Amino acid sequence: MKFAKFWKNSNARVHVGFVITCIFIIIGFVVFYFPHINPFTFNSYANNLNPSPQHWLGTTAMGQDVVWLLIEAIHNSLCIGVTVAFLGTVVGVFVGLLAGFSGGALDRVLSTITDTFIVIPSLPILILMTALMKGTMTWFVMALVLAMFAWAWPSRQIRSMALSMRERDFIRTAEFSGENRVQIIATEVLPYVLSWSLSNFMNAVLNAIASESSLAVLGLSPANLVSLGNMINWAMAKNAIFQKRYFWIFAPIGATIIMFVGLFLLITGYNDYLQARRGR
Amino acid sequence: MKFWKYFGKRALTWLLTIWIGVTFIFFIPRMFPSDPVETMIGQITARSGSMDPTALEAMRHSLRVQFGLEGSLLQQYGSYLWKGLLHFDFGPSLMSYPTPAGEIVGTYMPYTVGLCTVSTILAWIIGNAIGLLAGFRKDKKISKILEGIAIVIYPIPYYIVALVFQIVFAFILGWFPITTTINNMAGFGTWLASLLRASVLPMLSMLLVSTGWWIISMKSLSSNVAEEDFVQYARYRGLSEGKIGRSYVLKNTILTQITALALSLGGVFNGSIMTEVIFGYPGVGKLIQKAITMSDYNMILATITISIIAISTMTFIVDLILPLFDPRIRYA
Repeated sequence: MKFAKFWKNSNARVHVGFVITCIFIIIGFVVFYFPHINPFTFNSYANNLNPSPQHWLGTTAMGQDVVWLLIEAIHNSLCIGVTVAFLGTVVGVFVGLLAGFSGGALDRVLSTITDTFIVIPSLPILILMTALMKGTMTWFVMALVLAMFAWAWPSRQIRSMALSMRERDFIRTAEFSGENRVQIIATEVLPYVLSWSLSNFMNAVLNAIASESSLAVLGLSPANLVSLGNMINWAMAKNAIFQKRYFWIFAPIGATIIMFVGLFLLITGYNDYLQARRGR
Repeated sequence: MKFWKYFGKRALTWLLTIWIGVTFIFFIPRMFPSDPVETMIGQITARSGSMDPTALEAMRHSLRVQFGLEGSLLQQYGSYLWKGLLHFDFGPSLMSYPTPAGEIVGTYMPYTVGLCTVSTILAWIIGNAIGLLAGFRKDKKISKILEGIAIVIYPIPYYIVALVFQIVFAFILGWFPITTTINNMAGFGTWLASLLRASVLPMLSMLLVSTGWWIISMKSLSSNVAEEDFVQYARYRGLSEGKIGRSYVLKNTILTQITALALSLGGVFNGSIMTEVIFGYPGVGKLIQKAITMSDYNMILATITISIIAISTMTFIVDLILPLFDPRIRYA
């Protein structure tokens, strides 16, 4: 019901974004489970094949099928993105609400730490941590490390939301009728905050995938993890460009661009929808 | 004295940011089981076969001193804050021993600061100008086209744009050299020429992504302001559209954009690291990449510490620009 309303009130841009996002989710979580041989295995096929009906995007210099490699990369990148976004949103909402509703010294300490995490350049610190863990890293540890920088922005936003909500009548009414803080936050505040968190969640997915691929380009992502960033990194390392293997290098680049643009269109559309619903 | 209160608050945030960031990167490596000294000794013994135990012990000790790993954790922390933060002394770099790591960072830093500053300022001005037009005159067709382009380009990560630029303009079209070479042997003129030539692609790719964000945010801000009653009233008074745009819409949106500028610097720096790595531009990003491949921890630590200080200071400077535009902070 709500979705039908959202769809009707949104423009063509949002529809495009939604369709692209759905396609990527289907590729990452449905097509991925179709039976296929492990795309990471070397020399499964002949090397450097051009696109053909058997191999839609050809094969790599190591004899891997580019299409299945890409599907697995999309799956893994989405997994990392969703995990990071989930952790970041949960912690961010918790810290933001705590700071906004407690006020006083606790608020000041939490906001200072939050502001620091927003201003500090995250990539160098991520580089330091992943460089130290080189070799022992798995995708889940990678997600945990990335999540360390994913909570600050939502926390800051939720805090300012909480500050303004604290003064609203319906919260006051709930307080005066004897409900305790936790109850009020769970039943009155959280539903309001969650609709905003969805947009932040999607944004965090984008940021996490971008950070993971940045680290991958530096050679700091787990070496056997098939992700969009690692796929680009391998193609670069094997001189795909010099050998004019454009399908191999442009497949992950193109997929990243389309996925990011699609998700971003969906986010902006969703934000517009939220704003319109608030009657602005 | 509202300004001084504002100044004091910002200065405190500035110092706290540096302190928290630096404390963070001091304790992270020490929480991991991997020990850089043991790793290095492992590498050396693997290369030179077996070694005399006493010589090995002496080497372990001298390496621990150089890495700042001697003494209790608190002593190490104290000496790191004292030496690193106040004197930029991070011990010798291992890849170009015995040059101090801090000194090497100093030679790379200006390139990154230049790249970031120029692209940020240009992107901010161009993006806000386009965004203002697009938001203020939102029924114009060109506004919609520009915003559409911005929305498609902005979400693409910096390094992807850099990579596409490099592949298309350097590899396929061959308009620019594939690797950056900056010639600083043959006088200032040659140096400047080679620097400019090497900077075109990194600069353009960073400019493209960051301009997108300013167009999008400024457009939504100014289209909101343009619907306010006071703008309508100014129209009834017969003020020209240019005047309304400049003194009514721009003035009410620029403060938000300056605050946003301060918050965006960290992201720009992240982007510049990746852009430098892709193009081989001789900035901090390139240095970090080299340090990682050589496992030069002193250098990694020096680069990151100095980066945090630099970014926090730039953010602080932008924060101090705000009072020039906001009379509420200046007076009262």
